[in-house]
Amino acid sequence: MPLTRQDVEHIALLARLHLTDEEKERFREQLSNILDHISKLQELDTSQVLPMSSVVVEQSRLREDVAGPAMSREDLMSNAPDAADDQFRVPPVLEPGP
Amino acid sequence: MSELHTISVASAVKGLRSGAFSSRELTKAYLDRIERFNPRLNAYLHVAADSALRAAASADRKLSKARKTKANLPPLTGLPIAVKDVLTVAGMPATAGSRILQGFVPSYNATSVQRLLDAGIVILGKTNTDEFAMGSSTENSAYAVTRNPWDEERVPGGSSGGSAAAVAAGLAPVALGTDTGGSVRQPAALCGLTGLKTTYGRVSRYGLIAFGSSLDTVGVLAHSAQDAAIILNVMAGYDPLDATTLEGKAPKIKLNGKTSLKELQIGVPKEYFIEGVQPEVTAGVREAIAQLERLGAKIKEISLPHTEYALPVYYIIAPAEASANLARFDGVRYGLRVEDRNLIDMFSLTRGQGFGPEVKRRIMIGTYALSAGYYDAYYGQAQKVRTLIRKDFEDAFTQVDMVAAPATPNTAFRIGAHTGNPLEMYLEDVFTLPANLAGIPGVSLPVGFDSQGLPIGLQLLGPHFSEELLLQVGHVYQQAADWHTITPMTTDA
Repeated sequence: MPLTRQDVEHIALLARLHLTDEEKERFREQLSNILDHISKLQELDTSQVLPMSSVVVEQSRLREDVAGPAMSREDLMSNAPDAADDQFRVPPVLEPGP
Repeated sequence: MSELHTISVASAVKGLRSGAFSSRELTKAYLDRIERFNPRLNAYLHVAADSALRAAASADRKLSKARKTKANLPPLTGLPIAVKDVLTVAGMPATAGSRILQGFVPSYNATSVQRLLDAGIVILGKTNTDEFAMGSSTENSAYAVTRNPWDEERVPGGSSGGSAAAVAAGLAPVALGTDTGGSVRQPAALCGLTGLKTTYGRVSRYGLIAFGSSLDTVGVLAHSAQDAAIILNVMAGYDPLDATTLEGKAPKIKLNGKTSLKELQIGVPKEYFIEGVQPEVTAGVREAIAQLERLGAKIKEISLPHTEYALPVYYIIAPAEASANLARFDGVRYGLRVEDRNLIDMFSLTRGQGFGPEVKRRIMIGTYALSAGYYDAYYGQAQKVRTLIRKDFEDAFTQVDMVAAPATPNTAFRIGAHTGNPLEMYLEDVFTLPANLAGIPGVSLPVGFDSQGLPIGLQLLGPHFSEELLLQVGHVYQQAADWHTITPMTTDA
């Protein structure tokens, strides 16, 4: 089932990806082809199969909850595109009121 | 010492110990070749010449002192290596081949890198990769197209194409790569190298910039099974920073070239010898299997019946995991930011401009496969079929010790051949994806050339944590065959 342009716009919105008009059209076509290929999976009856939820052979385990050494705040902040007072600065989340 | 760049890892370590040459000489030999050939090949994105020479000088002091005092030294003291640019090295740029990480300098080492540094290694630089390791040709790098040293009009494979080209052209003795769907084995095959994909859980993923967290593994691109084993021995083992690593000490692998293959049962899966595979690849791989038989192995045809479903399963699970992992790139903490007055628009514009087309496609597929109304049909079904693919291997390994098959359906293809058609590109990985889905290890070995002089790769796949057996068989093969010793003409002299 080919994707519509609205589908592409909806997925891009969910993924927080700004796409140009040209990208929307190209992805609509390419993603439709890929999804068409992927739909081959539907031909298998898996009603008796459990999903593979873990790759590791052994059981997952818990570790003791003790604090370890942390990375320096200065190092971590040094890559920020915009920072002030040891905090990441971002555009306003809420618009100022009237 | 003009031939230092052709040396094996084992001989390099020995030569450094005895003082036959210094780490500075060895490191300089590679840096000189990088300066000469990298502008053509684009194997490296970042060359760390100054820090490498400093590290080499420090290694030389330790080596010279240890020769006098007979003190024990870390096993790889002074040995140079290249690192794929999806693994973090403190103080060196880490781009993952993406514009969105331009300028990012991590302050910590990946565990794999840390263990190599603890073992005394000298890092030459960071090698090119498809953006976030998504690709089979290294053409998806935002920075440069890496060329195959065997034919510079062709791709080196991917996504560890920079590491493969570097080792094949003698710009590093050995290199780290990562393998999420074939990204070590496929470029190794296309560049005539030995490529080791480790078992999921054998080597820590800490500091590996995440793509598909249930599939990502750290591996090695080397000239021989012996060289790959030396590097694996240092990297492998439990890491508290990666809860999926296997607890306990990893066994140290010791290879013996005289080991008989008489007790060995090798399965040849009929699903990998199909129409559409380049006939010279099939013939080369069949001949290599015949050679293993002459060396004593028993060959048996087997079936891995769900092989044809590996590609669709992979292209649901890997993008689904990628769409979640890559959500962290939002212009807030590191890398690119495209300014906007509104927060959500800042996220979308940053991601829209920072990610390349293949990464966007995979984020879109993953987001779709995980979205309301489609989850069961896509992701849920893929996880179930993944169980069947793993079971195929489990069943096979009750009858045989390992599986032998082509590593890739074709030898190196021309630059630009598949860039217009993503699905065609995905098909180049059709033989390597199943091992990642099952979490098992694999080794790709050079076993000959096609009529155009391009390398052909055989892959051996074994049960979880069977690296030693796979490398051992590779080592015995490489005592009998010399394909792995042939280097490309273009960067000779």
